[in-house]
Amino acid sequence: MAEAITWGEARPNRQPATVPRTGATSEPAGVRWLLIGTAAAFLAVFLFLPLAVVFSTALEKGAFAYFKTFADPDTLSAIRLTLLAAGISVPLNVAFGIAAAWVIGKFEFFGKSLLITLIDLPFSVSPVVAGLVFVLLFGLQGLFGPWLIAHGVRIIFAIPGIVLVTIFVTFPFVARELLPTIQAQGNDEEEAALTLGANGWKTFWRVTLPNVKWALLYGVILCNARAMGEFGAVSVVSGHIRGLTDTMPLHIEFLYNDYQFVPAFAVASLLALLALVTLVAKSIVEWRTQS
Amino acid sequence: MALALRQRSILPGFGLTLGFSVLYLSLIVLIPLSVTFWKASTLGWGSFWHIVTAARAIASYEVTFGCSLVAAVVNLFFGVLTAWVLVRYTFPLKRLFDSLVDLPFALPTAVAGIALTSIYAPNGWLGRPLLALGVHAAYTRLGIVIALTFIGLPFVVRTVQPVLEDLDSELEEAAASLGAGRWQTFGRVLLPTILPAALTGFALAFARAVGEYGSVIFIAGNMPMRTEITPLLIVTKLEQYDYAGATAIAVAMLVVSFAMLLAINLLQKWSGSRLGREELEVLPIG
Repeated sequence: MAEAITWGEARPNRQPATVPRTGATSEPAGVRWLLIGTAAAFLAVFLFLPLAVVFSTALEKGAFAYFKTFADPDTLSAIRLTLLAAGISVPLNVAFGIAAAWVIGKFEFFGKSLLITLIDLPFSVSPVVAGLVFVLLFGLQGLFGPWLIAHGVRIIFAIPGIVLVTIFVTFPFVARELLPTIQAQGNDEEEAALTLGANGWKTFWRVTLPNVKWALLYGVILCNARAMGEFGAVSVVSGHIRGLTDTMPLHIEFLYNDYQFVPAFAVASLLALLALVTLVAKSIVEWRTQS
Repeated sequence: MALALRQRSILPGFGLTLGFSVLYLSLIVLIPLSVTFWKASTLGWGSFWHIVTAARAIASYEVTFGCSLVAAVVNLFFGVLTAWVLVRYTFPLKRLFDSLVDLPFALPTAVAGIALTSIYAPNGWLGRPLLALGVHAAYTRLGIVIALTFIGLPFVVRTVQPVLEDLDSELEEAAASLGAGRWQTFGRVLLPTILPAALTGFALAFARAVGEYGSVIFIAGNMPMRTEITPLLIVTKLEQYDYAGATAIAVAMLVVSFAMLLAINLLQKWSGSRLGREELEVLPIG
């Protein structure tokens, strides 16, 4: 049932931000400012302070100490591994997201709502459990582990395991973003294209994709942010071999626990910048889908 | 045609996209998750029960569920307040605040973890004044609640905000013209309307908090029996090569998360049917 879908989306049809109200349906100025002040204080403490502390600690010993972090080969290797894991998992999940959104959004079939629920599953699994699941599959005592190791394939405590868990935890993002938009578009335009003689691929590239490009872009951005930032699941399968299987979040943990605060926060500042870019992108996509 | 497995459509690609989706879903999600349940079943019920009811495991559930509940309640209150302020009032930097609400979804948990720890550590920006008041924030359960509040902050705001935006001002005008005060209108008219959405946000924040690992382990102190969360207990057992123990507790957590997923789906249906709307803005990033 299409009606039961409760997927998130970059809100395209938001109303004007503030509905002007007067007299009997508004609060006295004093109450208003008390409420604004309380909410602003809460957001400042929980959102501004963490961002501020990341950048201020990263830069507390000056720009030279900050940039020295990125001359360290282990840091560079962590950045490379993070880019690699995101570079593999994001395209795969984009392919899946498009296929799933197409079949769910364009067709009515038996088991559709089950499929939707199952796609959401990785969101409700603790990251640590997600990591464990792959250890049980490919680890030394796992189901396929002994056979794989006998054939010289290492997955757990190696890069393939990191890529696999990253795919798992970022699995729903693109499908989830794309589906409501594809559904809202309906089938009319595609049917028109087919009637006019376009084949399936051409219809997809020239009709469907241009209609959903902003939702797709937003899904990719979210998927990428999570892929680069994943900690718990990656931590379980990585083995923490510095310079080899440490991603950026794991490298931050190592540096922090080693009391190397400036380098830890310097690496963290890169991921915080990524988060800010993600938020800006979200605002832009919301603005584009509104106009 | 009544029993057809799909409705006719002239659009192509049904077989290809369904096949690929189901194959990929099975390889990445379904098969790995079922292997975990199968592994746990090889333990036998007796030893499974023994592991998941061990004193240290029970203590970790208390910490995880207790702190998650407190954090979700904090987010329920401040989330409704924040959504209200963002929808109803104009004030300086409002757009910035609105965009920043999603920060906990976008900021990697490890970054959140070290940032919150250094803020609330005894020599931190807030840790020092709190300590002067006799409050130990970092390395206690309060620290866990702080981290889980951060992680769950966007959920209630983002579920309640669209409901408030869609609200018809005529409802409040009617209440006012019938003699209701502002408080009465809020309690009798507005609150029942936003309640399903607020509870959905609350449940999502709670579910997210229960599984959270990265942002908590830095600030928690991680003392067994006192400040050890269940995900950390799984990691600890794995590091001791106790795969059976880790699997048993993981399966217990999976069962709880699936139950919560079900509850959230029912809640969302309820809020959807109450308000005649379907989409809710919920986009967790880790």
